[in-house]
Amino acid sequence: MNIVVVVRQVPDLIEPLEIVPSGDALDLDAASFILNESDDHALEQALLLKESGGGSVTVVAIDFGDVDNTLYTAAAKGADRIVKIACDGDTPPAARDSAAVYAEAIKPLRAELVLVGVQAHDELDGGLSPFLAAALELPYVGVIRGVKAGDAPGTVAACKEFPGAVMARMNVKLPAVLGILGADQPPRYVPVSRIRGAMKTTQFEESAATLAAGELLLSVSRLYPPAPATRAEMLSGSEEEIAGRIAEILAEKGLVK
Amino acid sequence: MAATNGHNGAGLLEKLGKLDSGKPPFGCMQCGLCAASCPLGPAMEYPPRKLILQAMAGNLDKLLTSPSLWMCVSCYACSKRCPRGIELAEELWPALRDAAMQAGHQPPAELQETFQNVFKYGNVLGKSPRQRLQWAKDLDVRVLDLSREPRPVDVLWLVGCYPSYYPRNQVVARAFARIMTELGVSWGILGTKEKAVGECDRMFGEEGLFETLVEQNRQMFDEQDFGKIVVLDPHAFRALQSFYPRFDAWYPVQHYTMFLEEYIEQLKPLMVKPVEAVVTYHDNCCVGRRCECYDPPRQLLELIPGVKLVEMSRNRDDSLCCGGGGGGMWLDAHIVANGGRRLSDERVQQAAAAGADTLAVSCPYESSRFEDAAKVTGLEGKLKVRDIIELLAESMDLGERSMA
Repeated sequence: MNIVVVVRQVPDLIEPLEIVPSGDALDLDAASFILNESDDHALEQALLLKESGGGSVTVVAIDFGDVDNTLYTAAAKGADRIVKIACDGDTPPAARDSAAVYAEAIKPLRAELVLVGVQAHDELDGGLSPFLAAALELPYVGVIRGVKAGDAPGTVAACKEFPGAVMARMNVKLPAVLGILGADQPPRYVPVSRIRGAMKTTQFEESAATLAAGELLLSVSRLYPPAPATRAEMLSGSEEEIAGRIAEILAEKGLVK
Repeated sequence: MAATNGHNGAGLLEKLGKLDSGKPPFGCMQCGLCAASCPLGPAMEYPPRKLILQAMAGNLDKLLTSPSLWMCVSCYACSKRCPRGIELAEELWPALRDAAMQAGHQPPAELQETFQNVFKYGNVLGKSPRQRLQWAKDLDVRVLDLSREPRPVDVLWLVGCYPSYYPRNQVVARAFARIMTELGVSWGILGTKEKAVGECDRMFGEEGLFETLVEQNRQMFDEQDFGKIVVLDPHAFRALQSFYPRFDAWYPVQHYTMFLEEYIEQLKPLMVKPVEAVVTYHDNCCVGRRCECYDPPRQLLELIPGVKLVEMSRNRDDSLCCGGGGGGMWLDAHIVANGGRRLSDERVQQAAAAGADTLAVSCPYESSRFEDAAKVTGLEGKLKVRDIIELLAESMDLGERSMA
């Protein structure tokens, strides 16, 4: 199976996030970046599928942040091809705009299955994975918690979790895009000696896809930390007094009649 | 010699036979002193003697997949007692762990996280490198950050991961800064540029990560002009003393107990406050059993007026490990899940049995390990755990507010 995985860089929250003086972007000099966690699971799932059923894994990423280390690590884990999309701007655009670029990079790869993390903590306009499926004009299933080879050729069996811990197993006809929440096993550890080896031998391919130079569908006008809201009112007194005050507040807010 | 599934057993054996120490591990005569000395041996599927036996027989797959591969805490008891001088702790175990990871076997999850923290952030705790100097915030002595103000110093002090970030150990770092300043030592640190030395990574088979750290540290050290390196962490001492030179990285290094021993005459008149305590000293494995440095820590404690020094039944080369060495700090869950015990719990009971009310330590891992152990063994409030540095600073009246 020819599997393509999209991996993204997200701000590493071990550093305090700072905003540039113009107030519309993160201060990239003060930020560091790491692999998006659910994309790490998408990569693990792809490697597991390859190991159990053969095929190849191609990793696609926008050249941003600490992406080279991420990509060398992916190669050390067993990814066969690495495709980088050049990033001339400060940061990659939001999900819907990014989806068009990823789709342009993925189309020539003739993927049977595209895996991408179902969420990222810097998403502004929703998850990338359904936008990517739409841009590729492929079927999509999201919030997937494990993928196996399907019963019939040209299919995979994807496990999806619903509220209340209800699990569904669905056969997905390929080609398709899956939004991965978690792989069948945690992302594997790869020894640093392997990563160092990959740094010496891995060749990155440059995608012909380019980030749109024109007007983006979404741009940030202001970025700011949450403003402190009204302070909480601490209730004191007997249980009856407190209960009475709660009832008054609910009535004042129009929540009860 | 049997080939093994998934990797070349003969190649691995050849590698094991040519380990860095130059002492082939297969001169073993199966006397079993190693297994009998190993504090976790009874819980291991393959205690040291059986480990060598299986390695000699080429049964590597069994070893590489056994939980016992990740149960050695590098206490050096086996190496110390081996009549053939086989370097099990420093050579055979790390080589087998490296082989296991190279063959795709996963180390315990806690250890994976620690390795990743070191690779990504340069510290075992996964903290921001930019916050590495937090321990020195508002400190009342000058801390010279050589990465910003390079200048010749006598001592390049590698503060270490735990003393830099972990509140319990930050107290010790601040006290050591005051002591060195009081002694008039010319010292500096690498500030936010400092990285882990990597001993635990090397001992747990992450040879590539260790090599990366050696390269990074060597570049930083070589940019500085210093007389010697002083460390608080005995594991860092061991790595700089023994493992860095294998990469042609030679630096004079002292553990702080060795360093302060040279200042004993200067320290004597500075001990102005009595510290009334019955103290027993825990010999850490790297400076103690491995390097046979038993007296300097005791000499420092004997300087302190009011301190009555007593010995535990197991001391010096027979000291029981705290269980945190060489990566064991992150493997309590794995060890207990596989039938082992927390050695630190046993050790604090030995300290109490010796009649001590204070357990003195000289390793950043041990303060929290033994304080936790005192809580779970009912010794909280009866047995204090103090770093030698804390006790010295208290007697020198160096004013650490949170130290009392």
